[in-house]
Amino acid sequence: MIEVSDLTVRFGGVTPLDAMSVKFEKGTCGLIGPNGAGKTTFFNVLSGFVKPASGSVTAFGDDLLKMAHFRRARWGVRRTFQTEQAIEELSVYDNVALAHEHSKAPSSSRREDVLNTISFVGLETDPQARVGTLGARDRRLVEVARALVGQPRVVLLDEPAAGLPEEETAHLGDVIKRIPEHSDAVVILVDHDMSLVSSCCSVTAVLDFGKLIAAGQTEDVLRDENVVRAYLGTQAIDE
Amino acid sequence: MAATGVGSAERSSLSPGRLQPRSLVRPAVILALLLLVLFLIPAIVSIYYVDAGTQVAIYAIVALGLNVLVGRVGLVSLGQAAVLAMGAWVAARLLFATSLPFEVVLLISGLITMVLGGLVGLPALRMSGMYLALITLMLAGAITVALATINFPNGGHGFSGYNGSLLHLPAIRRPAIAQSDPAFYRYSVIFAALAFVLVLAHVRSRPGRAWAAIRQSESAALAAGINTTVYKMWAFALASFITGVAGALLAGANQFLYSINFQTQDSITILAVVLMGGIFSLWGAIIAALLMQLLPALLNSWGVSSDWLLILFGVGVLQVLTTAPAGLIDQVPKDIRRLGRGIRRLAGGGRAQPADAAASSDDAPASASAALDGERAAAVAAPESERAGEGS
Repeated sequence: MIEVSDLTVRFGGVTPLDAMSVKFEKGTCGLIGPNGAGKTTFFNVLSGFVKPASGSVTAFGDDLLKMAHFRRARWGVRRTFQTEQAIEELSVYDNVALAHEHSKAPSSSRREDVLNTISFVGLETDPQARVGTLGARDRRLVEVARALVGQPRVVLLDEPAAGLPEEETAHLGDVIKRIPEHSDAVVILVDHDMSLVSSCCSVTAVLDFGKLIAAGQTEDVLRDENVVRAYLGTQAIDE
Repeated sequence: MAATGVGSAERSSLSPGRLQPRSLVRPAVILALLLLVLFLIPAIVSIYYVDAGTQVAIYAIVALGLNVLVGRVGLVSLGQAAVLAMGAWVAARLLFATSLPFEVVLLISGLITMVLGGLVGLPALRMSGMYLALITLMLAGAITVALATINFPNGGHGFSGYNGSLLHLPAIRRPAIAQSDPAFYRYSVIFAALAFVLVLAHVRSRPGRAWAAIRQSESAALAAGINTTVYKMWAFALASFITGVAGALLAGANQFLYSINFQTQDSITILAVVLMGGIFSLWGAIIAALLMQLLPALLNSWGVSSDWLLILFGVGVLQVLTTAPAGLIDQVPKDIRRLGRGIRRLAGGGRAQPADAAASSDDAPASASAALDGERAAAVAAPESERAGEGS
């Protein structure tokens, strides 16, 4: 469980996160909002790339903000990036092993864990294939595998379906839905694809201009008047 | 990936059945080449080229260190010549002051240089790119000035071991098994080979993976739990260690060291030849050493001014930066294949079609990532505009 309270981030005069308070329970939670709402900034706070001005983040009883960024990954915070960051020079196996060897998972089960995770995400390529030779879908899956291998406790997926065609997004949705079989992690999914979010997440939180404007059951949230207004603009409501 | 050559071998042999014989052939070929270099070359060439060969072996180690820093981790250091000078100084001092076996002196010089070179690498933790290059260049300049003031040990007493008198200076001793020039050549080649093994072992294991991640994206590395500070320092430590060993070999090879032989601008030449040799392949370091040490020896024996080298290196670096980022180690085999196809096409005019297809597939690896990036950019852009459409 992740408990965020009063989280504020300031970049000069801009406040990408404004006193955000929210709880994420075990399972897959959606985090949506228009562009610039602060979703990625929130992920960057969790993974330690951005220092918040105030507020606290507690995950499974540990104070996340006190840990150095690379230690958070070791503790179990994993993420994918909006622009996919699979390491091109390395093989599929090495990409995933990279996260495993810097996690708390025992090295004796590395080979098995890595190969299991590669097949869990549905990668059918040779594990020795260089990531630089793979297509967009497979690279995304490599990145997701890297986030899931070992013993993740918090998995942050930042627009994993961005740029993927519909059928590949559907496959990715399948993988995300099956994550609870693979690990006990809290998964937070950021995406603009509402069908992906509503099919994967039973609960969803909505950010707009750095403020949490709604949180709850996904279907309720998507019908919420404030959420509709945030996405479509006030003009659309007035008409 | 350890070397682009290894990479292509792995890529083309996906079935495990084919992987087995290949993985044995490769070390066998390397071993055969090593034996050839060790025994055949000193037997057939003059002592002049044997000495040049010793320098090639030593500078291959230096180039290898820089290859790791720039090619693996993405840290541009312009201080390698100074690190080499420190290694040579420490080794010379130890060789005059103690009667330790030469191998032990190599090891100690490597370790001491590792600590000193690590200090040169400290700015790397905060800086990157041009700023790191500038800082390391300045530090190298400072070290060169300091060493020129202290002077290189030549059998004197005290901390510096410098004896002002220029007559009857004792030579820096060599190992008992490598007193003659050909023997010291073999000795240097063996230590260069060991340095390659050491670096290969790093590149193929945990630090190699971490370095690849750091080079592509520091945030991806951090998100995977990699302590980027530690791994950058590790790279500097490894590069400094082998460069220190190279310095100790240089002390034994030259037997007399003068500060005039260690100049700050050598660092820039080393970077230039490493880029030309091929930054993404460890074997590029050998090409780099040949360019830096054998080429001047050849030009010298042909009576051509070595100033031409500076022009050649300048043009070479420009060529690498503009058309062949993977350097000679990648470009030459590709060009030879292309030439072969051209000849075959000329020979059999009717079969031009398949040859063309092969030509375009060969170009594919070089442009694959660029094309992929473009594809991805387009793919990412598309849904964005769709969304905009939905919103309005």
